[in-house]
Amino acid sequence: MLYREAGDFSTTYPQDSQTFPIRFDRYRYYVVLAIAVLVLPFVMTDYLVNSIFLPFLIYAIAAIGLNILTGYCGQVSLGTGGFMAVGAYACYKLMTAFPDVNIFFHVIIAGGITALVGTAFGLPSLRIKGFYLAVATLAAQFFLVWLFNKVSWFYNYSASGQINAPERTVFGIAVTGANTAGWATYLFCLVFTVGAALIARNLTRGAMGRQWMAIRDMDIAAEIIGVNPLKAKLTAFAVSSFFVGVSGALFFAVYLGAVEVGEVFGIQKSFLVLFMIIIGGLGSIFGAFAGAAFLVVLPVILKVVGVDMLGWPTDIVAHFNLVIVGGLIIMFLILEPHGLAQLWRVAKEKLRLWPFPH
Amino acid sequence: MKMKLATWVTAAMMAASPVMADLVFPSMSYRTGPFAAGGIPFADGYADYFTLLNQRDGGIGGVKVNVPECETGYNTEKGVECYESLKPLNPLVLQPLSTGITYQIIPKSIVDDIPVHTMGYGRTSAKNGGVFSHTFNYPANYWDGASGVVNYLLEINNGDISGKKLALVYHNSAYGKEPIRTLEALAEKHGFELTTLAVDHPGQEQKSQWLQIRRERPDYVTMWGWGVMNQVAIQEAANIRFPMENFIGVWWAGAQHDVLPAGDAANGYKAITFHAVGKDYPVFDDIQKYVVDAGLAAGSGDQIGTVLYNRGVYAAMLAAEAAKDAQAANGVEEITSGMMRDAMEKLSITEERMAALGMPNFGPAFDVSCENHGGNGLVGVAQWDASAQEWNLVSDFKQSDQDLISPLVKEDSMAFAAESGIEPRC
Repeated sequence: MLYREAGDFSTTYPQDSQTFPIRFDRYRYYVVLAIAVLVLPFVMTDYLVNSIFLPFLIYAIAAIGLNILTGYCGQVSLGTGGFMAVGAYACYKLMTAFPDVNIFFHVIIAGGITALVGTAFGLPSLRIKGFYLAVATLAAQFFLVWLFNKVSWFYNYSASGQINAPERTVFGIAVTGANTAGWATYLFCLVFTVGAALIARNLTRGAMGRQWMAIRDMDIAAEIIGVNPLKAKLTAFAVSSFFVGVSGALFFAVYLGAVEVGEVFGIQKSFLVLFMIIIGGLGSIFGAFAGAAFLVVLPVILKVVGVDMLGWPTDIVAHFNLVIVGGLIIMFLILEPHGLAQLWRVAKEKLRLWPFPH
Repeated sequence: MKMKLATWVTAAMMAASPVMADLVFPSMSYRTGPFAAGGIPFADGYADYFTLLNQRDGGIGGVKVNVPECETGYNTEKGVECYESLKPLNPLVLQPLSTGITYQIIPKSIVDDIPVHTMGYGRTSAKNGGVFSHTFNYPANYWDGASGVVNYLLEINNGDISGKKLALVYHNSAYGKEPIRTLEALAEKHGFELTTLAVDHPGQEQKSQWLQIRRERPDYVTMWGWGVMNQVAIQEAANIRFPMENFIGVWWAGAQHDVLPAGDAANGYKAITFHAVGKDYPVFDDIQKYVVDAGLAAGSGDQIGTVLYNRGVYAAMLAAEAAKDAQAANGVEEITSGMMRDAMEKLSITEERMAALGMPNFGPAFDVSCENHGGNGLVGVAQWDASAQEWNLVSDFKQSDQDLISPLVKEDSMAFAAESGIEPRC
């Protein structure tokens, strides 16, 4: 009834090629954005921010980044945790070396540094692909974690190797450190998440995104029709690592505040982000959000329901958590191998025809 | 979709928030994950002691004690979630039982005015209470432990260990790296040679480290390990026939479950400790009677007297004593976390006080002050007897090298103060 293009006429090319061509969809998007910006900050508690919204927003950025590389360009990467660590340590070094520069720029520059590192580790992708590339990026993961553990310059020679985010402000309001208000950190991350989604969406439907997808679908054919694989693969690595670096910087500076590289940015993190995009849907920006929400929010909800409401022992709930999340992952992959984004797409197709499917 | 989630969770939290005014001592435990073997007995001991107080004494000063548990899995992200979910319950003191989570909540605890007790772990330089106002690490810390190991080596070598080789096998994390600085300074002072060997988390893979030990033949090996890493290390040491009596673990690598898997081969393994071992204390009879026999034990009740269970009981005892002091000092029963912090800063544990609690000589006597949040740093050494299956104290609690540790504490804490803009209070 609501969701259809009838009466929705495009008279210009920009209208025709916009992200949400259906009016209802477009308004729905504006409403979600307006609620996120204008309503949620006022109802935000510390618990909601720190256990749900910050991890959701930050993981969404990482998932968008990995989705560009894996979902759009077809290069499997297991180095996400390592690249997030690059973003985090770059941000830490910048924060402590240039305390007067706004944290906003530090996060962007940290993303830029990660893009450089990611491009360097992307070079092997020109010669190897598939599982072999996955192993090469796995090497990046272990090398980077080892590096940040071994070279004490990265953690300013502290005794324990921990890095701590000092207090930094945006417009005079603390967004890192201990004296932060929930709404401030939430809005700070929201800006980055919305920005990342917009940039990624527009990159992927432009010339660059088409080159990535051509490489993903068949690299030899793409090369024959004139796509430069060197340029396409390396830009995918650079853009992907930029987003992953930004998320790593936010993860450390805003969300956790203190980080130890082996524990926070280990191989589990790489797998977690990879699972997010597989469950969410490869090659979809919405999928990155859906996957991040699924893997971040669901365990928290299960914990709240199991421990706080039902009063079950914490260890039973923790074990159930693994069983339920694992079971749901298997179920989703069997029922819809293309992820939550595909479910959403199917639902929209059905809505268009409802209530008179033919 | 976002709105829906927010509503669910808000509804869930409203349903969950307690209405009674109890004294809340949360337990940030880990009963799952690679460190569960150590986390379970500690959490059981912590909960059982408070259950004992509720059953036997009707709580602390007549107010019931509530011990909400939150599973961290030794994971910092879950630690954040736990901290935020426990904060609205008005906790009196937090015991995160993880060095990583400790680092994370130190700055937040100052803002939220919640004291943090990191007993024998966490950030060592938190001993300087002038900088770390809300963090306490009495009765001993890692640097006391490192010094305790070296003191023991001096004791068994008649005061001269120059030219000896000591290898440190450590968990490659903030926790494992803590003692390195002190051991380096001690190596310089006493003229022994220090080799450090990092083991990556979780520590199941240690073949190469122990091959290196076999090649370099150090006289002594000390270990900063936790969880599954300890069992593997002791097994590997047995495999290369390293003499067990020359292998000394930190207090987190000296529990029953660490040595039992290696069987008789673990006989003679040593570990430092800051509290007593065994179950010959009146308090355990009370726990058996009021808690275990009444079916109220947090675990199965068979862990009483094991090293980490005792440590959980000890941690709970220190927290309960500080709460009693806070009630006495303020003349009210329902104390706040701020009152608790002030009482912890003035805490004085004497032999008589421990004896009155049914725990004579359970730990060292110590006094806390603004300058010293870390107690006196008395460290003993226990040895495993595989045939009797028990730990025995082989060296009594002795003073660690404060001349060497104090400047290091000052240096590291002042660096933190400069980094976060804190003016030392004293």
